[in-house]
Amino acid sequence: MKRKLDIGGGIAKTYLALVLLFLYVPILVMALLAFNRSPLYQMPFEFDLVWFKALAENDRLLNAGWNSVVIALVNTVVATVLGTAAALAFSRYQFRGRQVMQLLLLPPITIPWLVIGTAMLVFFYWTFPLMGLRPRGLHAILLGHVALSLPYVIIVVGARLADFPKAVEEAAATLGATPWQTFWRVSAPIIAPGVVAAALFAFATSFDQFVISYFLAPPGVTTLPVEIYTSIRKGFTPEINAISTIIIAVSMGVMLITARFYKFGGER
Amino acid sequence: MSQVEVVGCTKRYGAIAALDNVSLKFVEGELFGLLGPSGSGKTTLLRAVAGFIDLDHGQVLLDGEDIGPIPVHKRDIGMVFQNYALFPHMTVFDNVAFGLSVRKMPAGEIKSRVDEILGLVRLGGLQERKPKQLSGGQQQRVALARALVTRPKVLLLDEPLGALDKHLREEMQVELRRIQREVGITTIFVTHDQEEAMTLSDRIAIMNQGRIEQLGPPLDVYEHPINRFAAGFLGVANFLEGRVVSVSGNEARIDLKLGGQAVAPADGYRAGDSAVLAVRPEKIGVDAGGRSAGVNQLSGKVIGAVFSGSSTTYRVQVDDQVISVFQQNSTPRRFQPDDPVTLHWSPEHNVPVAP
Repeated sequence: MKRKLDIGGGIAKTYLALVLLFLYVPILVMALLAFNRSPLYQMPFEFDLVWFKALAENDRLLNAGWNSVVIALVNTVVATVLGTAAALAFSRYQFRGRQVMQLLLLPPITIPWLVIGTAMLVFFYWTFPLMGLRPRGLHAILLGHVALSLPYVIIVVGARLADFPKAVEEAAATLGATPWQTFWRVSAPIIAPGVVAAALFAFATSFDQFVISYFLAPPGVTTLPVEIYTSIRKGFTPEINAISTIIIAVSMGVMLITARFYKFGGER
Repeated sequence: MSQVEVVGCTKRYGAIAALDNVSLKFVEGELFGLLGPSGSGKTTLLRAVAGFIDLDHGQVLLDGEDIGPIPVHKRDIGMVFQNYALFPHMTVFDNVAFGLSVRKMPAGEIKSRVDEILGLVRLGGLQERKPKQLSGGQQQRVALARALVTRPKVLLLDEPLGALDKHLREEMQVELRRIQREVGITTIFVTHDQEEAMTLSDRIAIMNQGRIEQLGPPLDVYEHPINRFAAGFLGVANFLEGRVVSVSGNEARIDLKLGGQAVAPADGYRAGDSAVLAVRPEKIGVDAGGRSAGVNQLSGKVIGAVFSGSSTTYRVQVDDQVISVFQQNSTPRRFQPDDPVTLHWSPEHNVPVAP
């Protein structure tokens, strides 16, 4: 019996090791090469910060990075606010078409981005000029990202709201709290972990987004993923590794802090 | 201390009346139990007093003032919810302090009020715990402290002990009684547990289908139920059907369907009326042998005997009806299934009830 368990444990451990290996080794190699002097990724490894210095002077890459950060942040705020409001409406109120609308949230997640990107491009070419806007540009990218992130936000916040203890709001009312006080002091803190998780999803959805950004970016305007793609096609230097390393370090830091703060998956 | 009165309260959900013209006065300082099966309207009535329900008709009066138009948060009530509804993200202290802090009370005063009330419910020292780190009984006390700390005019309890195990429930019943006496607050509580209602309440109302079936101190309602529902819901009752053959003075003679005769309080009966008598199982004595049935006697056969420590419950088949009998285990005589027995009881234990 004990022997059997050991074999099972061995398989599980090997499996876990392999998963971690395939997930993290490429990232580690990528990060390591950002610190390697050779422009052609040649060994032996020689530590140097030359690519970070080059990056600091590469306006194209920095501009694209700045665009990505701004779009991702604005997208996070807009999608999180709208999505949380929608999730609240779905869980609290009965209205015509509620179930149909909830069902309609899911297909966009499964439709290939390529299809959505094409559809958006065609649609924006048709509608934006009517409003005096150019069909492509940062505004179009932002709108596309918000549309893409909304279902994720609504689903994540909705999951948190599904096990919201409703009686606590009634309890707050009996204790003399106005509806406003009840929302900010009782309901908001309880759903906050869900909202933060949803905001992270929204940020990641936008920041990683390539296909839609690529379709909706006019010449001369790029986001980071689009710029990285362009650079790779043109032949590239380890500057790409340098900026990727910075992004990974920042996003991992943010994830770890949030996870620690809200104890995802564990007791709250 | 305050007095609560509901007048002609009606609330319908579709074709079902959750409250059907209910009027009731809750006296200052009393602990009042609303007892009934689920769907009887007891919770609806409690929530109407709290302000969570818009009544179709009727008024809720607090110290004579109609509080119908006043929203929940301005009603000055304390309420303990079925699963306590503690704020999960706050410590015990913050939970209890909530009602004071939304009233913008100075921090120093909040601290002394919270400490005082936590002392009253015997929870001193747990201020910094989160609700999840507390046992069910402790959560119950926090909920109670939170409801009382604002010194509300009336305390409402919705199945307050329902989530606790039996042992803890009995302990908390005693605690609840003590705290309610010390604070002296008018308290209304809802329960479906008849024992809890009897143990805790100064007065109870038995509710059924949105109406009050009977109202009074627990002992009165238990000993003198006025109808079949009240007799069967509060405690166990055997119902003996029959027809009145004669009335003399304040005694009625009734021919029982099961055979023999019963002598019961006259209770407005006239000869020829059909009658239903409620007899509590503990009032019935059991003797060996199925001899002839006299007045207030029935003979039958034991079909079940359940021993539960201090007492034994017999089920006795009499004709086509099964009669329940409780016997204290102070007598050495025990009966087995198939034993023929004679049941007997005194005339005053026949309680005429409306069918």
